[in-house]
Amino acid sequence: MGRKILLENIDKEGIERFDVYRKHGGYTALEKALKLTPDEVTEEVKKSGMRGRGGAGFPTGMKWSFLDKKSNNPRYLICNADESEPGTFKDRYLIEKLPHLLVEGLIISSYALGVNTCYIYVRGEFKYLIGILNKAICEANANKFLGKNILNTGYSLDIHVHSGAGAYICGEETAQIESLEGKRGNPRIKPPFPALKGLYDCPTVVNNVETLAAVVPIISMGGEEYAKIGTGRSTGTKLISASGHINRPGVYEIEMNISVEEFLMSDEYCGGMKNGKPLKAVIAGGSSVPILPAHLILKTANGENRMMTYESLADGGFATGTMLGSGGFIAYDEDSCIVRNTWNLTRFYHHESCGQCSPCREGTGWMERVLHRLENGEGRMHDIDLLTNISKNIEGNTICPLGDAAAWPVASAIRHFRDEFEFHVKNPGIVKNIKHGSLKKYTV
Amino acid sequence: MHGFKIHHVLHKKDNTKVEFSPEILSKVQQIIKRYPEGRHKSALLPILHIAQEELGGWLSPAVMDYVASLLSIQPIEVYEVATFYTQFYTQPVGKYVLEICQTATCAACGGEDIMEHLENKLGIKAGETTTDGLFTLKGVECLGGCGYAPVMQVNTEFHEHLTTEKVDALLEELKNNKNADKAKESKWAEKFF
Amino acid sequence: MPIVTIDNHTIEVPEGTTILEAARKIGGDIVPPTMCYYSKLKGSGGKCRTCLVKVSQGSAKDPRPMPKLVASCSTPVADGMVVQNITSPEVLEARKAIVEFLLINHPLDCPVCDQAGECDLQNLSYEHGANTERYEEDRREYDKVDIGPNIQLHMNRCILCYRCVYTANQIANSRVHGVLYRGDQAEISTYIQNAIDNEFSGNVIDVCPVGALTDKTFRFKSRVWFLKPMNAHRNCTKCSGKVVVWKFGNEIYRVTARKDQFHEVEEFICNDCRYDHKQPEDWTIEGPAKLSKQSVISQNQYGNLKKPSIILPIEHRTEKQE
Repeated sequence: MGRKILLENIDKEGIERFDVYRKHGGYTALEKALKLTPDEVTEEVKKSGMRGRGGAGFPTGMKWSFLDKKSNNPRYLICNADESEPGTFKDRYLIEKLPHLLVEGLIISSYALGVNTCYIYVRGEFKYLIGILNKAICEANANKFLGKNILNTGYSLDIHVHSGAGAYICGEETAQIESLEGKRGNPRIKPPFPALKGLYDCPTVVNNVETLAAVVPIISMGGEEYAKIGTGRSTGTKLISASGHINRPGVYEIEMNISVEEFLMSDEYCGGMKNGKPLKAVIAGGSSVPILPAHLILKTANGENRMMTYESLADGGFATGTMLGSGGFIAYDEDSCIVRNTWNLTRFYHHESCGQCSPCREGTGWMERVLHRLENGEGRMHDIDLLTNISKNIEGNTICPLGDAAAWPVASAIRHFRDEFEFHVKNPGIVKNIKHGSLKKYTV
Repeated sequence: MHGFKIHHVLHKKDNTKVEFSPEILSKVQQIIKRYPEGRHKSALLPILHIAQEELGGWLSPAVMDYVASLLSIQPIEVYEVATFYTQFYTQPVGKYVLEICQTATCAACGGEDIMEHLENKLGIKAGETTTDGLFTLKGVECLGGCGYAPVMQVNTEFHEHLTTEKVDALLEELKNNKNADKAKESKWAEKFF
Repeated sequence: MPIVTIDNHTIEVPEGTTILEAARKIGGDIVPPTMCYYSKLKGSGGKCRTCLVKVSQGSAKDPRPMPKLVASCSTPVADGMVVQNITSPEVLEARKAIVEFLLINHPLDCPVCDQAGECDLQNLSYEHGANTERYEEDRREYDKVDIGPNIQLHMNRCILCYRCVYTANQIANSRVHGVLYRGDQAEISTYIQNAIDNEFSGNVIDVCPVGALTDKTFRFKSRVWFLKPMNAHRNCTKCSGKVVVWKFGNEIYRVTARKDQFHEVEEFICNDCRYDHKQPEDWTIEGPAKLSKQSVISQNQYGNLKKPSIILPIEHRTEKQE
């Protein structure tokens, strides 16, 4: 059994209530943190080597150290609960089951950052989480762990829950700040970065739910102990949202030292492929990361076992590797149509592009239209290279990473499954008549 | 070369008087206080959610103008925001909005079949509303329920691991429910905000 | 003060200057083109991505190159920074791609567009675009809308630079139009039937880089290169009264603000001057407006030319000699 740190108590009856959470050791990390100085808390997080769990994987302690502490303006912490990356549903699970873990993590982090007001930006579709969070916040307030003069330390903090309203782009930190200011979710032009000028032009840190929750075990066990879990620069545990054609979809906490194969086949996690069908492809870190065919997701190009770590998944760069991203693990069986899947994801990015900068606004729509034609048997051979070229022209040229996120799935699908795209061009009659998928009987 | 037409209706100025109840109004004031002095515009998204729920199920120009006046901002600032976010409806919708996830895992695990089934069953296409005003059908992008695919959201409720049988049963339940008053939702704003 | 090198030209600029503004100080071919940035409008820029440049050395302190191309209009210089614009094939390649993106949903019907001849997108495509078109899909289309009695909005041509939105906020001081919806469905609109009615609203026409916002009092009256732009002024209580009047013979076809070498309005003008003063006696003519040599409009500019001396008919000769 893998070690559970975040989800240790998830099965305890009533753990969403303050008293039960407290009985199982809840808020002791906060008590410990409040005896340290804010800088000492930050130091522990730095020592832990934890990387942001939202997708980009930037070291959290380092992000915190960029916060402008000289400014006379108030500082803000925003908890990014706008989980919308296709394939990812871990934050929702964590908040629903363990709201107090997040609240405790928020209080410790706010204390470390010298923040007195913190907002939790919850995805609009997840309204039911707002009630759960508000209740946890009230309980924490009533028990003096939150509000004015927390545990008589003189430190005060307010946490407010804010609701989004349906926009993937608001998961991007500056778009989220704009949205929190009551505006359209247009990402800001950087620089300046939020650490200097964020919410209301004040120094701001935006962190993912899982990142902030993980601060609790980091303080409990100490940064150095936390860093011992996992491998290399992939320290600690990671929540993986597993979905697709597998036997046991769900959210799993893994120590970052198991292989992809173990994760996929073990009964502790995915439980193998549904109906025993062969694996065709995996998107390992949420829809934005490159898709890999079965042979490259299980073994690296050098023939080593692919591990569920930031480094191992990235091994081989984009030519033969991918990214851990936000941990949205989608497995596709042999019946899946990669072209249809790529079109589907491109439609998603087209729909979610904010429309501010031209490469993303126009490029995502262009790719979608071409892919839609291909999928419907109206494609031509030169469309395939055209798609690769459009994706290359979007990548790196946009205001925010949504452009890259839209480009990578297309580029990787063509890189690894070019034959399937060509099949679509050569067999318009067949692909036109396949409704939702199964290409297998034609291609084998 | 043919083009594809984009029809965004230019609305008529609407002077219908709309207003929150005193109870909701005090909730709104409470929400505004969550943001620093002078930053009341931050409350726009939560208040639009409440306005949509309380004032007719969609955001008519009159409702949006009212929200603008509550926050002392220009009406265009509200229109800009309301048209950006998919959860705000700028056209009337049915009592139940069936939002079926069409992305990634849900698509790979039968979400498209569910949509097709609902289109046939209700006799409408995605984006349309039944003539009795009960159901609006909408294909939406990832609802964050990939592990429980296929999923759909009906107003604020999630329905997971959908099958055609499950969907049929749900439609029956909602139909029988159509005359139920909104008493259970009267604490809507309190519950979610 | 930071010293920055752009395409091998070195210049010292005040702290906080952007790469683009530094390049404009150097001038010439190395100035990146802009479609959304407008130095007179706060917050503008960063969106169109045509001004992307390569930073091959971040600063003297940290000489690492920046990992991606950056928008020169919104990236401040650092001391010792080395920037490549036209000396970088990567930049030119990216710019070509951006032009293509801007054009895929933009109608290629310049011959019937009122902006032709003074269109930034036309110039940009000429200088940086490809010769062929790869886009085979449908283009998006909108209906034309009158926003106010004097301005017509044709969204088909809009490239969503947001300049008109900033202008309404900062110059006209009240805003009834904005960017609605999102993605490639985004549009400039008033949402409700509403006229843009403000003494400075006409400036949105001048800041529009394309033919999306046009002057209804001038639409289809003439091609701009048939007109003679003359600097002129009048006593105006609302604005500086310094304008360009566009003449055909003695007739004034339209009035616009004066523009600088980067096609930016020098001083915003009021609607009174723009729409309601089109009689020659309304204006004191100062002389021909300065235009760049490349502009097609300049073909009718005789200001800098020496007229050949001609032999007058006999009956006039004596008169002339007097």
